[in-house]
Amino acid sequence: MENVRSLIDILELSVEEIDGLVATATDIIANPAAYAHKCDGRILATLFFEPSTRTRLSFESAMLSLGGQVLGFSEAASSSAAKGESVADTVRTVSCYSDIIAMRHPKEGAPLVASMHSTVPVINAGDGGHNHPTQTLTDLMTIHHEKGRFENLTIGFCGDLKFGRTVHSLISAMSRYRGTRIVLISPEELKLPSYVKKEVLQRCGIEYIQTTDLEAVMPQLDILYMTRVQRERFFNEEDYLRLKDSYILTAEKLWNAKEDLSILHPLPRVNEISVAVDRDPRAAYFKQVRYGRYIRMALILKLLGIN
Amino acid sequence: MIIDAIKNGIVIDHIAAGKAMELYQILGLGELDCSVAILKNVVSGKLGRKDIIKIDRDLDLDWDIIGYVDPNITVNIIKDGERVEKRQLKMPETITGVIHCKNPRCITSVEQELPQVFKLTDRANRVYRCRYCEAKAAKSGNL
Repeated sequence: MENVRSLIDILELSVEEIDGLVATATDIIANPAAYAHKCDGRILATLFFEPSTRTRLSFESAMLSLGGQVLGFSEAASSSAAKGESVADTVRTVSCYSDIIAMRHPKEGAPLVASMHSTVPVINAGDGGHNHPTQTLTDLMTIHHEKGRFENLTIGFCGDLKFGRTVHSLISAMSRYRGTRIVLISPEELKLPSYVKKEVLQRCGIEYIQTTDLEAVMPQLDILYMTRVQRERFFNEEDYLRLKDSYILTAEKLWNAKEDLSILHPLPRVNEISVAVDRDPRAAYFKQVRYGRYIRMALILKLLGIN
Repeated sequence: MIIDAIKNGIVIDHIAAGKAMELYQILGLGELDCSVAILKNVVSGKLGRKDIIKIDRDLDLDWDIIGYVDPNITVNIIKDGERVEKRQLKMPETITGVIHCKNPRCITSVEQELPQVFKLTDRANRVYRCRYCEAKAAKSGNL
């Protein structure tokens, strides 16, 4: 619906709006009581057509912390989609029961279709390998809190840069800030797709380098965004075994990193960050989860038009 | 080879050699009951070789589709044996119901009643992307 504001793609938010959301989320952290009843009487519907623990609980926690209530389902089998109902019909129905919707769907573009038929705001909570704007907002909130700014940062992306939707979205979002420098660290098999380089980095005039050597570029980085190298992405086991350990972050590999480096990871982690790194003050990935809840609170308020 | 000049109708000129049949099909020209001539591999000073389609009737064509197939195509409107208009085409910002998304992860792969909408995202390289999943459209030769 045209008169209802949804969030499907992070680039729908201007840099000023992102600044506003970060400011609201920061104020929520400082004054949680002031926000505890902002959504009294409001209902968030979480329509999760595929399982997700972190994102769904983060949305639910956000709404409950604002005084609102939550309903929904956590897998397609327990929804009418299992009977063959279209996304449009599901969302038309749920619009009647709720004030705002967070939707995760395995098919790319499903939340956009939902937003076209909903009478309430729709938040894309992940559509296949396509978009996941609230993860990107979480990443941006973390970057802002850890570094105090968005401009003039060198960000290293490490691991699976080919299939990682969080990587593509964060690169797009950071490409709008002055002085952003991107360092792409991955095996040849998992390099950033050329269309992202061409349509985002080159179009925005962003300086970037590509390398396979994490330790060689470590001293340059203000932020290290780790992702998981997944076995199933490789054509043969030999290549996977050869490469997987190159991209496990250990305490030893941080020997030449900046003192104020921030290490981010969208989680879940498997083994790509050694548990020993968790004790390093530069590890920000669990704080990132916390920030995710606050930025989702700010987003819910914005889309509901609550000051 | 001589093809009769048309008196009232449309001449679609400067079609890249080999593309005339594709255009013929997507414009649905096979459904017309008037004369339609397809000239292939005509010598052209500008293109080397080109295709031409002549339609012996004035009708309302979907200019966007022609612009999508090739914005360099020119369309001449003929009335009483004279060219009364020469249309320069441009690539449309969106095209609906012409290309189908081939991405098996796209919502359109399971909800087939959704309109197939593609948006122009890179004019210089003639790149169209699916409105829903942003997958790049196949080149127009692979409709």
